[in-house]
Amino acid sequence: PLGTGAFTEETGQEKQDAQEKGRAVPPERAEEAKLKAKYPNLGQKPGGSDFLMKRLQKGQKYFDSGDYNMAKAKMKNKQLPSAGPDKNLVTGDHIPTPQDLPQRKSSLVTSKLAG
Amino acid sequence: ADIISTVEFNHTGELLATGDKGGRVVIFQREQESKNQPHRRGEYNVYSTFQSHEPEFDYLKSLEIEEKINKIRWLPQQNAAYFLLSTNDKTVKLWKVSERDKRPEGYNLKDEDGRLRDPSMITMLRVPVLRPMDLMVEATPRRVFANAHTYHINSISVNSDYETYMSADDLRINLWNFEITNQSFNIVDIKPANMEELTEVITAAEFHPHECNTFVYSSSKGTIRLCDMRTAALCDRHAKFFEEPEDPSNRSFFSEIISSISDVKFSHSGRYIMTRDYLTVKVWDLNMENRPIETYQVHDYLRSKLCSLYENDCIFDKFECVWNGSDSVIMTGSYNNFFRMFDRNTKRDVTLEASRENSKPRAILKPRKVCVGGKRRKDEISVDSLDFSKKILHTAWHPSENIIAVAATNNLYIFQDKVN
Repeated sequence: PLGTGAFTEETGQEKQDAQEKGRAVPPERAEEAKLKAKYPNLGQKPGGSDFLMKRLQKGQKYFDSGDYNMAKAKMKNKQLPSAGPDKNLVTGDHIPTPQDLPQRKSSLVTSKLAG
Repeated sequence: ADIISTVEFNHTGELLATGDKGGRVVIFQREQESKNQPHRRGEYNVYSTFQSHEPEFDYLKSLEIEEKINKIRWLPQQNAAYFLLSTNDKTVKLWKVSERDKRPEGYNLKDEDGRLRDPSMITMLRVPVLRPMDLMVEATPRRVFANAHTYHINSISVNSDYETYMSADDLRINLWNFEITNQSFNIVDIKPANMEELTEVITAAEFHPHECNTFVYSSSKGTIRLCDMRTAALCDRHAKFFEEPEDPSNRSFFSEIISSISDVKFSHSGRYIMTRDYLTVKVWDLNMENRPIETYQVHDYLRSKLCSLYENDCIFDKFECVWNGSDSVIMTGSYNNFFRMFDRNTKRDVTLEASRENSKPRAILKPRKVCVGGKRRKDEISVDSLDFSKKILHTAWHPSENIIAVAATNNLYIFQDKVN
């Protein structure tokens, strides 16, 4: 797929033509126009490498081993803090600490799915 | 319960496995049909639950590796134990699920509790015997296939030779032997030398059901490549290339995104492949590369919602698709807990809903309809009322009977044909 800025012009022209000839604008084009109106800087072609790079990294949470180990060490000194106000002491929103990791459920517990 | 991320029947349909976001696998087993209760046609009960993957940290790249199970694939049964492959983003594991109904008793060197006996107190020898015990189902990890994928694994597929399998990530596909965990062969590599030139990624891959040298992989650009492993060690050049020509008048910013194939499945016959992109399901004949032989609209009414679906990321949802046992019906999910079935012969289609509020257990499902505009009838639901957070991405069809499993977020629904 090629074409970048050409899109906007085409759409504009197409719309004009359509109105003149009385043809319906394909819904996809109408939606595209809506999107471009909201985000005028969205000029890059969607299949471009930036877009795909984002896709390759989608969902990855960054993790700082320094913060993680500091938080672990802090917890060893105090008793295990209960969830709540103490959670604020842990650095960073997204840094997982041992208590934040999902508890491993015993294999013998019947799954709720069975209900 | 956690969000279900994969559903798969085994080759006989006796077992149904689900994987979830928390890295757990739950296996259901169909109960034996009994003459006493003929109206209960073999329901599925929990057979085994185990933690397949744990969250991990990649210290080198400072990344968290999710424990979510992306795919489960069963191996055909070759002895009393069951084997399945389960994978998260980075690591594939082979699990053995086996039953234990006997236990050895009468050891000489330890008590029944396991405590060691004092050897000087032992005056006579006895032979331990196996005694029956309550059935216990154990899951043990037999192989761990790690460190072979830089990018996120999206597919695994067992080869019909039952000796090898493949794992595919965004840019590469690797071939493994079940017995060997420290080596795998790279068979497809589409990573460009300069990442700035990246134009497409691999979205799904599957081996042919009978021909052990043939596999297909789909791309984010809506194309499918069929490769033959006999031609070269590295299958970068395809044997067949399936692409539907695009209608230039329909081209828009969204065209490429909605053409991205989220799932590809061979028919049981091996003659056809089915692909799912954002709005349609297509059936392709392996003998014809230039266009699909059938195209089914899953939810075409979303075409006029693409702008908001792009903004809320729903346009990137990856729906799966499945064949029924005889390849006559295909099924795929949609939003609002709806799923769709298309009969390839009669060309009839139906929309059903998987929700507790709208149907009672054992009640016959009522067909649903989405109204596009204008007057809405009483039973219909308008496009604007659809709940886009309730998406059915994963479904499975029993290999020979009309039993389907539908995952609706964190609930699993099992539907069967009406009993006469």
